Amino acid sequence: MIAELGLAALWLAAALSALQLLGGVLAQRKEASEIARLVRPAAIMQGVLAGFAFLMLLWLFYVTDLSVKLVATNSHSAKPLVFKLAGAWGNHEGSMLLWVTVMALAGGLIALVERRLPEKTMLATLSAQAFVGLGFYAFLLLSSNPFERLPQPALEGIGLNPLLQDIGLAFHPPTLYFGYVGLSVAFSFAVGALLTRQVNPNFARAMRPWVLGAWIFLTLGITAGSYWAYYELGWGGWWFWDPVENASLMPWLAATALLHSVGVLAARDALRTWTIMLGVIAFSMSMLGTFLVRSGILTSVHAFAVDPERGSFILVLLLLYIGGSLLLFALRANTVSEGERFSVTSREGALVFNNVMLSALLGIVLLGTLYPLLTEAFDVRVSVGPPYFNPVGAIFTIPMLLIMAVGPLLRWRGDSFARIKNSVAIVAAIMLAVLALVLILGSYGLLPVLGLAVAAGLAVGSFLPLRGRNLMRAPLSLWGMVIAHFGIAVALFGMASETAFSEEKLAAVPVGESAQVGPWNVNLEQVAPVAGPNWTAIQGRLAASYDGGDPVILTPESRNFWAPPQETTESTLATRWNGQLYAVIGNQAADGRWQLRLWWKPFVTFIWYGGILIALGGLLALIGRLRTDLKRRYVKSRQADRAKEAAAL
Amino acid sequence: MNRAIASILAVLSLFALPLAAQQSLPPAPLAYEQLEDPAQEEAAQALMETLRCLKCQSQSIADSDAPMAGDMRHQVRSRIQAGEEPEAIRAWLVERYGDYVSYAPTVSETTWPLFAVPVLLLLVAGLILWRRLRKAS
Repeated sequence: MIAELGLAALWLAAALSALQLLGGVLAQRKEASEIARLVRPAAIMQGVLAGFAFLMLLWLFYVTDLSVKLVATNSHSAKPLVFKLAGAWGNHEGSMLLWVTVMALAGGLIALVERRLPEKTMLATLSAQAFVGLGFYAFLLLSSNPFERLPQPALEGIGLNPLLQDIGLAFHPPTLYFGYVGLSVAFSFAVGALLTRQVNPNFARAMRPWVLGAWIFLTLGITAGSYWAYYELGWGGWWFWDPVENASLMPWLAATALLHSVGVLAARDALRTWTIMLGVIAFSMSMLGTFLVRSGILTSVHAFAVDPERGSFILVLLLLYIGGSLLLFALRANTVSEGERFSVTSREGALVFNNVMLSALLGIVLLGTLYPLLTEAFDVRVSVGPPYFNPVGAIFTIPMLLIMAVGPLLRWRGDSFARIKNSVAIVAAIMLAVLALVLILGSYGLLPVLGLAVAAGLAVGSFLPLRGRNLMRAPLSLWGMVIAHFGIAVALFGMASETAFSEEKLAAVPVGESAQVGPWNVNLEQVAPVAGPNWTAIQGRLAASYDGGDPVILTPESRNFWAPPQETTESTLATRWNGQLYAVIGNQAADGRWQLRLWWKPFVTFIWYGGILIALGGLLALIGRLRTDLKRRYVKSRQADRAKEAAAL
Repeated sequence: MNRAIASILAVLSLFALPLAAQQSLPPAPLAYEQLEDPAQEEAAQALMETLRCLKCQSQSIADSDAPMAGDMRHQVRSRIQAGEEPEAIRAWLVERYGDYVSYAPTVSETTWPLFAVPVLLLLVAGLILWRRLRKAS
């Protein structure tokens, strides 16, 4: 019954979505038809229904209803509750339902609150949103029904991949989806503005919170995903340039460029076409990300070609949306004037430079991710990994970071280099000093050394825009920028430090003996079997002391899950302010010694602290912007009231 | 009858033995053991991080518990220990397993776009900046 209710709600939501699309399109005619009035209520109702359908799916997983195919194939009655619930979106059908739900809720929200834009633009935006939504409803209902029943209820579920039974990963996909969907809203705004020729600062202000919100979620999603890979896979790597990771990085790069460009449009009415273009690209990248992850093309191009139903469905959607929006852009771009002019040495100039660099970087990641898939289709297999992405990416990233360190000091419209030359000198001096220091300390790779120097300069440079300002009265959005830029410096420092200074120790240790790694002494005190709700494990007890200090107890495990059967290593971490000790226990050798893998990773945590700071900066900026918007709205309504009073007198 | 069963069991155990041996085969010595010379180990590590584990999805042999990754780590370490150049080892592995094993693509008939496109992007980026910023001022 519950499953059928969910399915019915989903069909209704899809029907409302069709109504929303139709109404929005009809409203574009000269005389607004009656149906136009239904568009906003349809969008709101659609959000409610999709939310309801998702709640039904959660309920099915909560009670482990094994007569539902999705529950039987992805859940297990012995699984901890939080992973039962997370199982609802830890699979193809459920995650697509989550996507649709978040999208419908977002559409409902803009229908409910957004009143700044001309109604025609709003209706066009909502119909663009419905157009994208319909494709996903069709996909869900026709080829990936999450509510499908089994002819015979299963006796027991198959379970969730143990690697995914992790709290970090349970919330990683939804975070990314919020980001993707935020970009779809930004895209709908762009289409609406383009269709009704309203590309102006008001449009940018309506679009900006969605871009910011999406960007915050993407930042958090990537940060969490990276940390998950770091501690869960048991080898201490935090970024592999894996296609799945790139699938989340590409929308982030596009969203970062869009975020800065939409800011210029809102503040200065410049970069109109560029902003629209980035809106289209950012959404295309999130569609591409979904396609790469969801179609199964990454496991094997050939497997995808043999069983292409789902993959082709997403591919068709991908081509339809990307192709359609690029076509619209090509047809309409010439009707959008370029906007206000500015000089090379201006805030806009620096932002344009960084936008171009970000786009080029996006191009590199896109190329490196898709090229191996392309050659595989022709039976030539190549691998593109860190030795390619790191240096080639750096060609674009380093100039960008250099401009980023001083760009925010420039004034809008036109400025002179002479005015900021002292600040530039400070930043440059810090970079050179750090560069010299690291070169004296030892021989490390070129990229980490440059990374350390740039990070130091950027860390200081990011705070310079606050110089000479009253810190209490500086706008929240300025603080947001400062903190986000500082976060980039912090993350970069962590990456460079980990790459340059990490120490590794692989050792076979008998119980009672020790191994050394960096400043740590690690003693293997005991090894014992332990059991969890759905696994058994060998657990080592390590006493780790830093530089002769009091020992910390670490308990790495080698786990055996039985539903489904799989072996995983549970690494343990000892975190200090200046880095992490990473410990893994492996198998027992024939002579009774235990395999230990130990790493000392100086300042590795800064990578994720940086990620959190970046997201925090985004959040401050978002709050600042929303507060300004609300104030503006209040002032406007007061003015309207006063005008009414005056007229009455 | 008993003898027949016993002999069948004996024959079966002959088959079972190599099978059991295969499963509990200890990993190659240098799969989980570092080289004594830190400089050599560093060179080996750097190389291992750029070689693909062929049995895994998107992991280098330096990041995998798969037995094949262990064997390859052993190969890399023992060859480095014997004084071979890292790039020579990479070439040997590429010859054996194909380009797919190396995460560092080299310019070849099939991979040239990977290098041509960045150059192109650099030119396009330069062009956009030049046009945009020149017009602006």
